[in-house]
Amino acid sequence: MAVMKKKGKKEVPAISTASLPDVVFMLLFFFMTVTTMRDQEVLVQTKLPSATEVQKLEKKTLVSYIYIGQPTKSMQAKWGTSPRIQLNDSYRTPQDVLEFVASERDKMNENERAQMTICLKADENIRMGIITDVKQELRRANALKISYAASKTLGYE
Amino acid sequence: MPTDKRKIPEVNASSQADIAFMLLIFFLVATSMNTDTGIPRVLPAMPDENQKTEDMDVRERNLLLVFINTYDQIMVGGKPMDITQVKDKAKEFILNPANDEKLPESEDTEFDLPDGTKWVYPVSKGVISLQNDRGTSYSAYLQVQNELMRAFNEVRNEVARAKFQVDFAELPEDVRNIVQKAIPLKISESEPRNVGGKK
Repeated sequence: MAVMKKKGKKEVPAISTASLPDVVFMLLFFFMTVTTMRDQEVLVQTKLPSATEVQKLEKKTLVSYIYIGQPTKSMQAKWGTSPRIQLNDSYRTPQDVLEFVASERDKMNENERAQMTICLKADENIRMGIITDVKQELRRANALKISYAASKTLGYE
Repeated sequence: MPTDKRKIPEVNASSQADIAFMLLIFFLVATSMNTDTGIPRVLPAMPDENQKTEDMDVRERNLLLVFINTYDQIMVGGKPMDITQVKDKAKEFILNPANDEKLPESEDTEFDLPDGTKWVYPVSKGVISLQNDRGTSYSAYLQVQNELMRAFNEVRNEVARAKFQVDFAELPEDVRNIVQKAIPLKISESEPRNVGGKK
């Protein structure tokens, strides 16, 4: 009979890391498909209000964003704390909305222009005055499809 | 020849993981995961300047005035109200289940369903008018918008369940459009006003 003899010192074999690249690649592809490219730097603080009846914005190419809120901490030294409107990459006034909508519309295909949606990303603490101004300008620019950005909740807070 | 028998040395793959990690970290930093959600709304078109402003002939019973003041207090149909009551009030206004004299009138309208049958539904003539002040906070405004939207969605859901035995969201698209026409989303936003004086 063969007797299994225990050797005094037996080293634990090193864990094979050959499949590590595969795992990481899997993660990589997951993130590549799920996420979207961050397109612009946001210069205002927007803590979105919450709502229950939110809908997903469908085609990202049809959506233009208007950010409204207090300047971010790093910009407050220069711009103060009163709420500002951000179009593209800079602070603007409501009067610039008209031009912004026109340029955004130019970027789209002709048959898609009617479906253009403006997504208003506004901080929940700002007053309606500035939003009303923007809304009036959007009406003037004939960009009537808008979406008030809000995060989803299940009910009353 | 001895060189033919020599095996080609395997490419060292131990750094592949590092490369993949680098790519992974790049994508983590450069992309964002959040899908944007929001309350969709269609603004009224700007009235033409040449066009005469004709008086909207809306009878008082067909109008539900929702007003939010500078202090985020809500008034619905002349009565101050809590946010939790707005939805039920709006639903009652849209449906008018008891055919109340004070609630909006409705007009029986015939819809052609895709399966060839006709469906008669009393389409309400009610309009909800939402007014806010320049000093109203955005969150209060959006909460009210949300409640009104919820009222309409619930009414549509109830009608769809009564008529087609399924939820509104599960209806085929052509039927859903008909239900949408039967219960139109009539929320009017009046011209802005400035009462509170707070900016």
